[in-house]
Amino acid sequence: MIVTIIRKELNMLFTSPLAWILLALIQLILTWAFLGRLDAFLEIQAQLLQIENPPGVTETIISPVFAMAAIVFLMVTPLLSMRLLAEERRNHTLTLLMSAPISMADIIMGKFLGLMIFFAMIIALIVALCMSLLLGGAIDFGLLLSNTLGLLLVAACFSALGLYISSLTAQPVIAAIGALGVLLGLWVIDLAAGETNQWLHFISLLKHFERFNQGLIDTLSIAYFILFMTTFLILTIHRLDGERLHG
Amino acid sequence: MTTTTISTQNLCRNYGSHTAVRDINLQLQRGEVLGLLGPNGAGKTTTMRMLTGNLAPSAGSIEICGVDLLDKPQEAKARLGFLPEIPPLYQDMTVDEFLLFAARLHRISKPKIHTALGDVKQRCGLEDRGRYLIGTLSKGFQQRVGIAQAIIHDPDVIILDEPTVGLDPNQMREIRKLIRELGVSSSVILSTHILSEVESICDRVQIMHKGSVVFDQTMAELQRQGTSLEMVFTQLTQ
Repeated sequence: MIVTIIRKELNMLFTSPLAWILLALIQLILTWAFLGRLDAFLEIQAQLLQIENPPGVTETIISPVFAMAAIVFLMVTPLLSMRLLAEERRNHTLTLLMSAPISMADIIMGKFLGLMIFFAMIIALIVALCMSLLLGGAIDFGLLLSNTLGLLLVAACFSALGLYISSLTAQPVIAAIGALGVLLGLWVIDLAAGETNQWLHFISLLKHFERFNQGLIDTLSIAYFILFMTTFLILTIHRLDGERLHG
Repeated sequence: MTTTTISTQNLCRNYGSHTAVRDINLQLQRGEVLGLLGPNGAGKTTTMRMLTGNLAPSAGSIEICGVDLLDKPQEAKARLGFLPEIPPLYQDMTVDEFLLFAARLHRISKPKIHTALGDVKQRCGLEDRGRYLIGTLSKGFQQRVGIAQAIIHDPDVIILDEPTVGLDPNQMREIRKLIRELGVSSSVILSTHILSEVESICDRVQIMHKGSVVFDQTMAELQRQGTSLEMVFTQLTQ
């Protein structure tokens, strides 16, 4: 049953121009950043060779591109997640799903996984972009893997949060602004915390992503991501169930 | 063969301290068409939303073909078809896409899905509209797609909330004919404000007022007594 929902979500996503525009824009921005880094790397390559144990091409080009991708995802997720439930509610199509023989968890997971497949496509494109460096030399696959994993987890967290906020309202625009506000808040917390409030760093999603970005697959960060994601998915299911109970 | 398809016991629903629906006891046999009448705000829509699992009752129980809707919602919902007051349509989908989605949602197995689609389109007069976007269809056709969505899986109980609102007289007649046909093999509950509609297609009529059923009789009995539905309606609800 989840597959039915996933198919429908992807179908709806790709019949609207939004998905295509976002795919093109994200690719444009990241390729630009990629080329910029590549240019810089080629310029300082000679100097790098003189230092002992110099940073490789993966560290100087791929890591910054993934860091940029995380920020871009932060901006883009609200646009993609806003319509998931808010629009169903506004068009009164939620009734169709709720009167069908399908559990609430299936509906929510279907929508979530549909969005994740879209993100996986974008990430695959970024990985392909990085692979193009193989034409000129070797890259550090370990670092690439940790970055890919980190980006996927961060996207999952953003999506779960976006989905929850979309379940709170019948106005997609409000869902988008709400999700963007919360995600920006989680980012800014990290910048504002400084060195003194260490525990604030712990809340920041992007701080956890930074570890993956440096090539460190940290179980604490993985646990945090999974906890964050599950919490918001369960809250969403709860919210829709509550609607059935309280009217 | 007369079998009970839907039965409710003391169904109640409160919104805060306000009681929207109280003590609904409903028994419906296969092949029966029940008309649900009542002034606006009488609790018809609330009752229908409870019967279809969109709203949890505050008290009471609902059984669809012997399956408890609250205990085994998925099993019970598979036997239900529901057309809400505002048809739940995705404007960006074509009629075929939407109906196939509804069919998959209602667990029609893959080999049967295309026959089911062809069947339902033929019944609802949508044969040549398969490739149209739902958003571009007229109100009458959208209503038909809504009905098609509710009956594509051949449910035992079909619940229609004001199915003929906004249709022109010809379309109304066609939809009524369709409901009559549906009522042969399934049970149909429909709510409406049009008394003549009930007289022409229903086997039984219930009138709701302020959350309770105040009148419950078969049409045949009503005709035998020679009382008009309109008189009963005004007497009971004013």
